[in-house]
Formats: sequence, C-alpha cells, structure tokens
Amino acid sequence: MISQLVILWTDGLVFLLLLVVILFGIYASRKAHLRGPWRQVARSRVGVGTLVVLSFYLVVALLDSFHYHPILDKAGQEEGATATQSVEVISLFDGLVEGLRERQEKTYSAPLATRLYAKENIELPDGRVVRDFPRLAYGGAHLADPETEWLPDILKLSAVGIVKGLVVSLAVANLLIILLAMRSRRSFGAQGRAVLRGATEIPWKVAFLTLAFMLVLVFWSAELAAKYHLLGTDKVGEDVYYQALKSIRTGLLIGTLTTLVMLPAAILLGIMAGYFRGWVDDVIQYSYTTLNSIPGVLLIAAAILMLQIYMSNHEFDSLVERADLRLLILVIILGVTSWTGLCRLLRGETLKLREMDYVQAATAFGVSNLKIITRHILPNVLHIVLIAVILDFSGLVLAEAVLSYVNIGVDPTMNSWGNMINSARLEMAREPIVWWSLAAAMIFMFSLVLAANLFSDVVRDAFDPRLRGSR
Amino acid sequence: MTAYILRRIIYAMPILLGVNILTFVLFFVVNSPDDMARMNLGMKRVTPAAVENWKHERGYDLPLLFNESATGTGRITETIFFQKSLKLFRFDFGSSDSGRDIGYDISQRMWPSLAIAVPVLLVGLLLNITFALLIAFFRATYIDFWGVVLCVILMSISGLFYIIGGQYLVSKLLHLVPISGYDTGLGSVKFLILPVIIGVIGGIGAGTRWYRTLFLEEINKDYVRTARAKGLSETVVLFRHVLKNAMIPILTGVVVVLPLLFMGSLITESFFGIPGLGSYTIDAINSQDFAIVRSMVFLGSVLYILGLLLTDISYTLVDPRVRLS
Repeated sequence: MISQLVILWTDGLVFLLLLVVILFGIYASRKAHLRGPWRQVARSRVGVGTLVVLSFYLVVALLDSFHYHPILDKAGQEEGATATQSVEVISLFDGLVEGLRERQEKTYSAPLATRLYAKENIELPDGRVVRDFPRLAYGGAHLADPETEWLPDILKLSAVGIVKGLVVSLAVANLLIILLAMRSRRSFGAQGRAVLRGATEIPWKVAFLTLAFMLVLVFWSAELAAKYHLLGTDKVGEDVYYQALKSIRTGLLIGTLTTLVMLPAAILLGIMAGYFRGWVDDVIQYSYTTLNSIPGVLLIAAAILMLQIYMSNHEFDSLVERADLRLLILVIILGVTSWTGLCRLLRGETLKLREMDYVQAATAFGVSNLKIITRHILPNVLHIVLIAVILDFSGLVLAEAVLSYVNIGVDPTMNSWGNMINSARLEMAREPIVWWSLAAAMIFMFSLVLAANLFSDVVRDAFDPRLRGSR
Repeated sequence: MTAYILRRIIYAMPILLGVNILTFVLFFVVNSPDDMARMNLGMKRVTPAAVENWKHERGYDLPLLFNESATGTGRITETIFFQKSLKLFRFDFGSSDSGRDIGYDISQRMWPSLAIAVPVLLVGLLLNITFALLIAFFRATYIDFWGVVLCVILMSISGLFYIIGGQYLVSKLLHLVPISGYDTGLGSVKFLILPVIIGVIGGIGAGTRWYRTLFLEEINKDYVRTARAKGLSETVVLFRHVLKNAMIPILTGVVVVLPLLFMGSLITESFFGIPGLGSYTIDAINSQDFAIVRSMVFLGSVLYILGLLLTDISYTLVDPRVRLS
C-alpha cells in the first residue's frame, strides 16, 4: 500500500529526537544520579497518570510523522496498468482515519449534527423548492429519520464504543499484570490484588485507570466519528475532530523540536563560557545578551516576514513541503529566542563545577579539557538540561497558538490549534454562534498543556533537591 | 552611582550595535530590497521601474555598506546601514514604508498601551501577592494543594481563550462594555475595563504559583523560625518578616518588565482594537511594513536593557547588602 515514503525535514528531526530520547534513556538507566529521580517520577501518581495521557498524544504525533504518496485507487483502471501515485502527501495517521479526512460537508455543521448549519434551497422530489437545513452528506447519513432515530443511535454507538474501550483496557491491564506477576514471581491473583490496593511501588492502579479512561475516550470517539462529525465541521466542511487530531503533531513538534534545535548550541556555548572563562566567556555572554535583548515576538516576526519574502520568490513541490519548511524555520527561530536562558544556567553551573575538587584534580593530572568537559562537567549538568527542556514544553505549545494568531506562526494551510482559534474569531460573531472549532482546539490544547505542566512539576521536584523539602 | 550608571550605558552600546547589525542582516542581506519591493508591490508582474521607484521613495536604493559614487563622509553615510540602522541610535526612526513618521506614531500610541499595561501590572501584583500569601498561610493543607492545582489549571489555558471567552461573555451576552474600540480621556475607561480584567486573570495562575514558591523559600529560613520562637503570631510573621524579605525578588522581577510596558501587549490590543504600540506592531507585521518592525525591534531592545539597568539599581535600594561596583 505504502509506495513512496516522503521524509519531510521535520519528520527527520522527529526521528532524530526519538533516537536522542532512547539513547538518553539507555544512558540514564545506567547512571544512578539520573535513574533515582526518574524512579521518583515513576512512583508519583501524578507523574504516571500524566505520562499515560502524554503518550497518547505522542502516538498520534508519531503516526502523523510518517509521510508518503498514497497510491491512487486502482478501481476502474485497466488490468495490468501500473498504479499511479498521487501527488498529495499524506501521513500514516491520515491513512488510518481516512474516513475523517475525506468526508467533507459543504460548510459548518454542529457537533454530531445531521443537518447543515445554514439554510439552503432544497428541491423536493415533487419539484417544489423549500428553504430548510439540508441533510449532511455524511454526518448521520445512515439514519432514515434523524429526528426520531438520532438520540437512540448516538446512545447505541456510545455504548458500543465504551464497552469496546473497557474490554481493550481490561485486556491490556491483565496482560501487564501477568507480566508484573512473572517479574516479581507472584501469582496473578496476588499481583492483581496488590495493584488494586495501590500497594505496588509504581502506582499501576493510577496508570490503569488513566489508560482505561483514555482508551474509552478513543474508542467512543472512533465509534461516533465513523458515523457523525464528532466535533462538527468548519467553514469548508472539514471535520473539526480530524483537524484537532492533526494539530497534535504541530503542537508537539513545536514544543519538542524547538528545544532539540537549541540544545547543542546552548550546551556547547554554556559549558564553554563557564569552563574557559576569559574572552570566550565575554564573547558568548555578549552574543546571548544581544539576542536576549530583542523581544522574542519581534525577532520571530522579523524572521517570518523574511521567510515569507523568500517563499514568495521560490516554488515548492507541494503545499505540505512549503508548510513544513515554515514550521522548521519557526522552530529554529523559537529555538534562537529561547536558548539563552538555558545557556546562562549552564554557564553558572559550570562556573561552580570547575572549582570542584575532582575537576581540579583532573586538571592537575593533565587530563585534556575536552575529556574533563565530557567526563566531569557534562554529566553533572544534564539534569538542568532535562528540567529546562520539560519546563519549556508547555509554554511553547501555548506560544504556537498566539503566534499563529498574529500570522507569524505556522503556515495557514497547516493544521494547528492556533489556526483553529484564529478562524474561530470570526465564527464567534456569527448568529447562531459557531463555537465548536474554538472548543475543540481549547480542549485538546488544554489537556496537553495541563498534563505537561503537571508532569514537569513532578520531574522538577524529583531532580531539584532544593525544592524537595518545601513540598 | 552616576559613574556606575554611565558605565552601564556605555556597556549597553555594543549590545545595541549588535542588535542593529542583526536586524540589518535580517532585513537587508538575507533578502535584498528588491525582493521586499516585489513582495509589497504584488507578486509577479512588476516592472523593474516600479521596483526602483518603490526603493527610491523609501531610500532603499542606496548601497548596503559602502557608497562608491559618493564623496567624503558620504561614502559611509549615504548607505542603507547608516541611514536605516545607525540613525536609530538617535531615536530617529524615519518614516514607515507607507510614509508615516514612525517616531510620531510611537509617541502617540504608547499612552493607550500604558493605560492597559500599568493597571494590569498593579492589580495583578496585588492579587497575586494576596493569593500567594493566603496559600502560603495554609501551606501543607488541602487549601494549599487545591490552590496550586487551580493555579496550574489556570496556567494551562491559552491566553487567547480568556480573551475570546471574556469578550463573548461580558460584551456579547451581558452587554456590559463595548467589545472593542478606544476613546480619549475618561471615555476610554469603559473600553479599558475588560482588557485589564482579562489581563489580570490571565496572569493569576503563573504569578500566584511563582510568588508562592518565593514565600515558601523564605518561610523555611532561620529568621522566620526565630520570629516564631519569639512567640509572634503567624500573621505577624507572614506580613512583617516573610512578605518584607520576599518583596526583594518580587520587586526586582517587576522592575525588569517596567520599561517593556511601553511596548504594550500584542494580542490584547489587537483583540480589543486599542490603538497602542502592540496593535501598531501587529498591523506592521500584517501589512509587512519593515521599517516599523525594525524600529520596534530596536526600541524593544533599548527598553529591555533599560530594564536590566533599573533592576540592578533597585537591588541596591531594597537590599543594602548589594553594592554596585
């Protein structure tokens, strides 16, 4: 089915990021000073619960990062003809929810509606023309008489979805309990009771409850979204639920890639400034003070304006690639505006570390600077990097919405919560008001940012011993 | 003190020069003025004469760094870098791409910006400190826990939502104040109330949580234990001792943003149609007026550096242990 993979710039970076995270995970699991705090995170109920929620977002974003040219439908083609590739680029996620992407209505329709938002002239079979809300092409199209069948159908679909979700989450929970029981050499029953009582070291009960909640939500929405427009449709009739799901990738990418892009510069320059001091320190301090003194929004605005000029003078293969380049530049610019804080922190920490006895001893033994930095300095500042990365995430997701609103965010053709909110501004003035685009963007964004905020609190408490006492 | 301030101002010069060079590179080197002209005049069918004309009207037809056709000092001064970038040091912003005097516009538009930013700052500060003190007073109880949870929830909501929701609820459903607009004098109050309230609410989550950590940090210190050991009541300890000492980081945190208040808030001003510097910037971004964006970048940097300077000075005023050198 998948014919030709398309690796966009940001896709590549996503995979790179994944690799970095995995490598860091392996590295951290071997070092006691990094493993300990992560254990503490795993023991925290909030930490585990939010991690489950975040992983759902992550899965959607990752699925949405495999892009390819789909093969056009072979039906109707002559036998033996080679399959032609579509010029459009879609992702694995698009392939999975094909129905959502392709079922376009004419214009707005409310969540779960069976009729359009606006009245139209409808020609009846006997030739008369009446002005009424026309039926949707797809939403609830399977109902013969929506007025009476709508509610029972919704309830039936919801029940089916919820039961499916419960069954799957029970199965997953049982599987995990079996694995846990095998690991701790207990009977299945004993392990299950321990989980239920919350007597396990890692709060599996919370994990299972969150998982069940999310799975029920997923199956329930999948069941309804297959027959209706769960969150309505937008001005051009696109499914809002699909848009909100697609926006997950944009939001997560901005939150994570920004830090990935800035990380090498921040670490390298921060440690160099603190370690070598003297003129190196002066130059680095000067450059980050200069960058820092430009208000972030204005720097982004200036850069995006320049990018627009560049784009208007160049041709692109597809809209997706064009949007992708803009996302990449945005991520880089956001990185440029936000690396200074981390750089300053690292410089300060390195200044402290280089006076430590073990570093002095290493210097006295004639160990090379490079080795001292990689052996003694870098491992001891990694926790600062980690906290900064996780703390920055939620702020960046929120920033995306604001920037897109000012038209200096992601490309207008790209699905993002900011663009959804931006379009909602005019929709709020309509009568009756079109609230679902705004609500969908807000709900998705809020749950992601809330989970990220709670999670980052747990991580910071685990890594920052100074704050541990005050909680 | 004067010597210190003077030295700091001299130190600030290279930074401003750096900002200047950066914006120069961004605006004139990455894309040539020709590209800008073509973009502004509309994409494809633009005659070279029109491009030249556009550039000439705005003074973009000069060479970038060195003018060979001029004589004497003109070789340096008759260039884009000198005319467009270095003149900013004299706060000579020149005219915008649409021909208006930027300096005049800024002086007119900073007042509406301040009319929102100052009340938001003051009311926000008062509320945040009150809530944070309250939470700190009930520390390690359910009030503390749920207070912090509420703060995190408030923080997690996008600022755009507060604005859209507030406008919808207060202006459209309840018809209490106009949705957007601005007036001079006292008439502006009815336009300013809603943006100020929304600005305060939007900042409560993060502010309260941050001040709470500051208070808790102080509460765990020795002098607080001594005060309690003396038999002082918790209220007195909190207000007399903790609040006073926690004010140092709070005040310096406020001082650093003071100059930037002039710049206004991009989002609030554009949503409420207030003719401040924030909406000025947004309009410039949307109409791709590079001269205005360039001026605002410079102005923002100057104000930021001023904020840093004020912070250092305020440290010496509130904390006698700090000496300037």
